[in-house]
Amino acid sequence: MIRSRSLIAAIALATLAGCSSEVLAPSGDVAAKLRDVLGITTALILVIVLPVMVAIVAIAIRYRKSDQSEAKYDPHFHHSTSLELLIWAAPLVIIIWLGALTWVSTHKLDPYRPLDEETRGVEADAEPLVVEVVAMDWKWLFFYPQYGIATVNELAAPLDRPIAFKLTSTEVMNAFYVPTLAGMIYTMPGMETKLHAVINEPGEFKGMSSHYSGAGFSGMKFPFYGLEQEGFDAWVAKVRDSGQTLDRERYRELLKPSENEPAAYFALGDEALYHDILNRCVEPGQTCMDAMMTDGAGAHGMDPGMDNGEGGPDMGEGGADMGEGGAAGETGSHEGHDAMPTAMPSDEDSARAKPSGPALTNQYAFLSQN
Amino acid sequence: MAITGQEIESSFLFGRLTLDKFPLDVPIVVGTFAVVAVGGAALVAVVTYFRLWGYLWRDWLTSVDHKKIGIMYMILGMVMFLRGFADAIMMRLQQVWAFNGSEGYLNAHHYDQIFTAHGTIMIFFVAMPFITGLMNFVVPLQIGARDVSFPFLNNFSFWMTVGGAVLVMISLFVGEFAMTGWLAFPPLSGIVASPTEGVDYYIWGLQIAGVGTTLSGINLLVTILKMRCPGMTLMRMPVFTWTALCTNVLIVATFPVLTATLVLLALDRYLGMNFFTNDLGGNPMLYVNLIWIWGHPEVYILVLPAFGIFSEVTATFCGKRLFGYNSMVYATICITILSYLVWLHHFFTMGSGPSVNSFFGIATMIISIPTGAKVFNWLFTMYRGRIRFELPMMWTVAFMLTFCIGGMTGVMLAVPPADFVLHNSLFLVAHFHNVIIGGVVYGVFAGINYWWPKAFGFRLNEFWGRVSFWCWVVGFWVAFMPLYIVGLMGVTRRLRTFDDPSLQVYFAIAALGALLIAAGIGAMLMQFYVSIRDRDQLRDTTGDIWGGRTLEWSTSSPPPDYNFAVTPVVYDVDAWQDMKEHGYQRPLSDFKPIHMPRNTGAGIILAGISTALGFALVWHIWWLAAVSFLALILGAILHTFNYNRDFHIPAATVTATEDARSRALGQAGQTA
Repeated sequence: MIRSRSLIAAIALATLAGCSSEVLAPSGDVAAKLRDVLGITTALILVIVLPVMVAIVAIAIRYRKSDQSEAKYDPHFHHSTSLELLIWAAPLVIIIWLGALTWVSTHKLDPYRPLDEETRGVEADAEPLVVEVVAMDWKWLFFYPQYGIATVNELAAPLDRPIAFKLTSTEVMNAFYVPTLAGMIYTMPGMETKLHAVINEPGEFKGMSSHYSGAGFSGMKFPFYGLEQEGFDAWVAKVRDSGQTLDRERYRELLKPSENEPAAYFALGDEALYHDILNRCVEPGQTCMDAMMTDGAGAHGMDPGMDNGEGGPDMGEGGADMGEGGAAGETGSHEGHDAMPTAMPSDEDSARAKPSGPALTNQYAFLSQN
Repeated sequence: MAITGQEIESSFLFGRLTLDKFPLDVPIVVGTFAVVAVGGAALVAVVTYFRLWGYLWRDWLTSVDHKKIGIMYMILGMVMFLRGFADAIMMRLQQVWAFNGSEGYLNAHHYDQIFTAHGTIMIFFVAMPFITGLMNFVVPLQIGARDVSFPFLNNFSFWMTVGGAVLVMISLFVGEFAMTGWLAFPPLSGIVASPTEGVDYYIWGLQIAGVGTTLSGINLLVTILKMRCPGMTLMRMPVFTWTALCTNVLIVATFPVLTATLVLLALDRYLGMNFFTNDLGGNPMLYVNLIWIWGHPEVYILVLPAFGIFSEVTATFCGKRLFGYNSMVYATICITILSYLVWLHHFFTMGSGPSVNSFFGIATMIISIPTGAKVFNWLFTMYRGRIRFELPMMWTVAFMLTFCIGGMTGVMLAVPPADFVLHNSLFLVAHFHNVIIGGVVYGVFAGINYWWPKAFGFRLNEFWGRVSFWCWVVGFWVAFMPLYIVGLMGVTRRLRTFDDPSLQVYFAIAALGALLIAAGIGAMLMQFYVSIRDRDQLRDTTGDIWGGRTLEWSTSSPPPDYNFAVTPVVYDVDAWQDMKEHGYQRPLSDFKPIHMPRNTGAGIILAGISTALGFALVWHIWWLAAVSFLALILGAILHTFNYNRDFHIPAATVTATEDARSRALGQAGQTA
């Protein structure tokens, strides 16, 4: 068994080295740093796991009954204070080490934290490329608000420019994952999550949904292109000149569930579309969630399918309550923001979310920010 | 944005159930049904031919004997294991098939049900019954008790678990199961995205089984705290009983969370409420948190008793008292408490802040300290021991090595930045199979091989046991090492089709591993068959076949109905070893009548009605729901008027039983 295990391990390492893994050999600096954390963690744990495994095998062989050699048999050896101290302390030391690594790296690599010049290729005053991501059934819609374009199932970014993703979803949860670029982040309806990343090397990479979302989930893939600046400009022009415009009517067509959708290019015909998708007010008469939060106007335009006649006024009160709750959250509790994505963005939240918001000056600035 | 989802036709008599809900157009399901129908008919025929119905009903189905209920739990777990494993084989086949533009042989509708059913069944109806079954059988024997505290409740709990399993199995042939993944996250499991009956089967199957699990948790908790024999202080309890105690604390504290969460989801789906919806103030993140507040302790509910089994096995087969009993107990308690503080590590990628993620990441790592201490304790128990490599010990050593890797990948996933790239990947899938198969399943197999002789009076066949062992251990690595590798390459879970042809070879290897495991399962069934056939050669008359150290080995195998003719008195950890060392003499006369609980059919009847209620709710058959609900209430009230609940085993019967044991011991050439 032991022999077969090490054989398997050897094969595994050989194959891993041989194949191109976008997780282990990424082309974006954020993913590279995540990979480094993974590597250090693995090495640290191996420090204790390997000797233990060797000891298990050695002791199992040495003290087996069928072995007639003179290995000592001591049925009363069942307590030793020094040994017991050791068996608690040894893992503890590793975990303290690993815990420190976790604390620092989790803060440094927080997906919500804008990139700084410590990131490879990123200049201090670089203006991030904003990409607004919408996970739909079962395809990805990408808005480029700075360029007035949108795409379905195709993503591109210029090299070395920070990318600020804002992500949401139409009806169900997904996770946005471009392994070469950064870690994954959930996309959820009515909520916005964030992700910051950069691509440093040109190429075509894999992008996908990594959180199961229903029948068409397997086809929720898209290519991600890392492009030189000229290439990116050409790509933007190509998308803009596709002859298709994304407005609400076209969006309604996209909303119909579809699988294995090919890439599509659009000029953006409706600046407010992403905001309205996020706030669940694309259709006329629907109240945006951010408006609900601030003025408690939830009574209007609630779903017409709700059959309870009393529902309207009740919801009005509910909306007002939520408004108060939200306000209390803003002033009273800071943990809420730490613990949750920007749910139902209120005005204050939107301000916090803007890329032009207060830049972080050091790695612990998030603490004061929160 | 519709609150109620699409309109579904409904009739008064059959609710939403119509003929086209029977998947007659799916050959796989029809074939399966044919096999189940033929097998079921054959079983019924055999039982009828041998006139066993009365025996089954009187001695098993209505039994309140913890030993028989424990055995029935194990049978339930084994049957459901075959179903869950069939799902696994189908997934492996689909994933090796669906390359180069091929859709494979399963469409999304079928495949998505399979992986949902696989996870649900393996956790709720395989691992839980196995663990509960072993606890039920062993714990009262280990603490010197004659039964659990609430024998009727035990029977009822078992049948409720069966009821949940039956409902999930019905979904295979009537309608469909959930297509949401095994935890049924909303909004996907909400009425808008999943308007059909699949999620309802999930909800009611788990709710019915959950009642059983919660009650069984209360029962065993009270049993351990109140029914220990004189002298058995908490710190003299066998380690398996300790882990059972902690597990049942976890069950009692966490299963209500699951129940409440599923009630809220059901309210969303049935009454248009908005706990977890996208609109009207609902929040799906709430569900994700709640379900994992149950879900993470659940992992420890399963693995703690497995740790207990390994502790018993290691001490017995090394011929040594367990090293560091105290630190083993404290490690178990540490894990119990910490298991509540780590649930968020299942969704670091949901957008929590770095401080929150760090807290849960570090809390998760801290669990590896007591877990590591346990591994060291087993290691030092082996040290200076005389290790007999019987089957239970082989499973234990395999566990220790496998679990080291599983623990390592677990700590890797506990570091949030590492989790960002590995979450939802096949690396994660490989990790939790590594700990659940390597920990829980190996533990259960060790337990089966260890306590089978106690339960039936004969040991299991060694040859087929070894075949099964090697197929499993090798098969496990062949099946899951490729998943670790492709996970590190960025391949995520629950995919039905693949683009990259270079991945196919990994899935081919994984499928091969699954076939090896299938061979392991086949060998295990063969082991059971051969052992039952050759039971006379494998007979153990001593009751203490392994040279055991705890009280269950002081009784005959199988133990008499009353377990202990005279309640034992305990003076040390490893009570039976202590008794043997001090020349304990088994009492041979002056027995008193023994007060015992009487069998009752109420448990199976109430659980049957509950299952009917669940089926009615799944299909919106309101008249049946109302009738069965009233019947349930009425049945429960009527049961309270049953005063014929106990009886005494006459002293003469006890004397006869004990005399028979004396003769058996005499034949074995031993004096106890």
